[in-house]
Amino acid sequence: MAIFDKFRPLARMRREMAESGIASIHVVMDRVVSATEAFINGRPVILAGTNNYLGLTFDPACIEAACEAVRTLGTGTTGSRVANGSYAAHEQLERDLAAFFGKRGVIVFSTGYVANLGMLSTLAGPGDAFVIDADCHASIYDGVRLSGAEIFRFRHNDPEDLDKRLRRLGGRAENAIVVVEGIYSMWGDRAPLAEIAAVKRRHPGALLVVDEAHSLGVLGERGRGRAEEAGVEAEVDFVIGTFSKSLGAIGGYCASDHPELDLIRYANRPYIFTASPSPAIIASTRAALRILASRPELRERLWENSRRLYGRLERLGFRLGPEPSPIIAVRFAAREEAHAAWMRLMEHGVYVNLVLPPATPDGGSLLRCSVSAGHSPEQIERIGDAFETLAA
Amino acid sequence: MEKTYEELLCEVIALLAPLAPEGRTVGEETDFVADLEFDSLKVMGFVEKVEDRFDISVPLNLLPDIRTVRDFVVNLQRLLGER
Repeated sequence: MAIFDKFRPLARMRREMAESGIASIHVVMDRVVSATEAFINGRPVILAGTNNYLGLTFDPACIEAACEAVRTLGTGTTGSRVANGSYAAHEQLERDLAAFFGKRGVIVFSTGYVANLGMLSTLAGPGDAFVIDADCHASIYDGVRLSGAEIFRFRHNDPEDLDKRLRRLGGRAENAIVVVEGIYSMWGDRAPLAEIAAVKRRHPGALLVVDEAHSLGVLGERGRGRAEEAGVEAEVDFVIGTFSKSLGAIGGYCASDHPELDLIRYANRPYIFTASPSPAIIASTRAALRILASRPELRERLWENSRRLYGRLERLGFRLGPEPSPIIAVRFAAREEAHAAWMRLMEHGVYVNLVLPPATPDGGSLLRCSVSAGHSPEQIERIGDAFETLAA
Repeated sequence: MEKTYEELLCEVIALLAPLAPEGRTVGEETDFVADLEFDSLKVMGFVEKVEDRFDISVPLNLLPDIRTVRDFVVNLQRLLGER
């Protein structure tokens, strides 16, 4: 049974959680009514923990596109694109995304996790170096680990520390790949991307990868993300992202001007050996991308909602992430305190994400709200009201 | 001039001692997880202190093979030698 010994600390943690009542966070949505409402344990709740930034999961055009694709192309592709062939729609989506980003090429992946795993593990190899922000997502950590390259962390959102790490690499900095995110998923803070791009320029040969998972459709004049907002898109060698947040489906992408992207596709094991996205996913994603590009008012509404909720929670005295953002992190010192607050919010019909260590960057606990353009002003009020019962 | 293993050991122990649970002494054989109850967050906090102190970057790839203070100092000495 020695194989299972390593799960003992996990078993202990789960037992402790059960003893303090935290086991009750197993959430099942019985029914989803709209982008912002569902039934959990038979009771209606406002969804404020979904990453559904533009509220497109129930958009009629996206639903119709997905239904039509199922009827004409079937339920699944049943294989990878390299082995079984691409559907025309896969290539159309790649062209749509390339046009949207103004980049030479795009690879579509089956999930955002696979996009990071595939791109990072393929881009670098033994002898190369990754320098990644300490707060990067698990898929980035897993991707760089799989590459066989050396991995260095720099302090979260600290361009000076990044510069120091690249300098310490000496001549190897020209084989270095810097990886950051546009908006970080836990505190909702943005990367200082202009400063990071300036550091990259000081180390010729170094490449920059930006994961825009939480910033696509959220930041930038055209919704292209943090790099667009910071005015440094030309400095970003590879933009990685997901269809599972602002685009309301599931899948991932990498966009780049480097002509080598096509070679990377055929060296990319997570891409080669994963079944390709189903026709319905591709169709709804293409429809959602058209909406994202043509309706900037969704982005405006998202930010209006985010600022309103952040402001209210701030006035109520909660400890929040460093800046208003569609991800609003409410910090708690103790796990039990966060859990009690989460339960209270559920009783008041509001669902947010309970995030406990070790998933948090600093070992604290937090309630992570994600705001949507689909939230009505009344729903934002009700989310705030539920939090007010905690403050009282 | 390059520091000896013993000198590095003393400096590492000095950095580590304030992070150890109360009453725990830190020596060459101390195990980060079994003796000091370090989780990944504490390990990274300690690594950052060492990186600042010696102006080096410790690759994350090394960490899974490091169990004891001695393992750490051996790797640190190698990293400083490669600089």
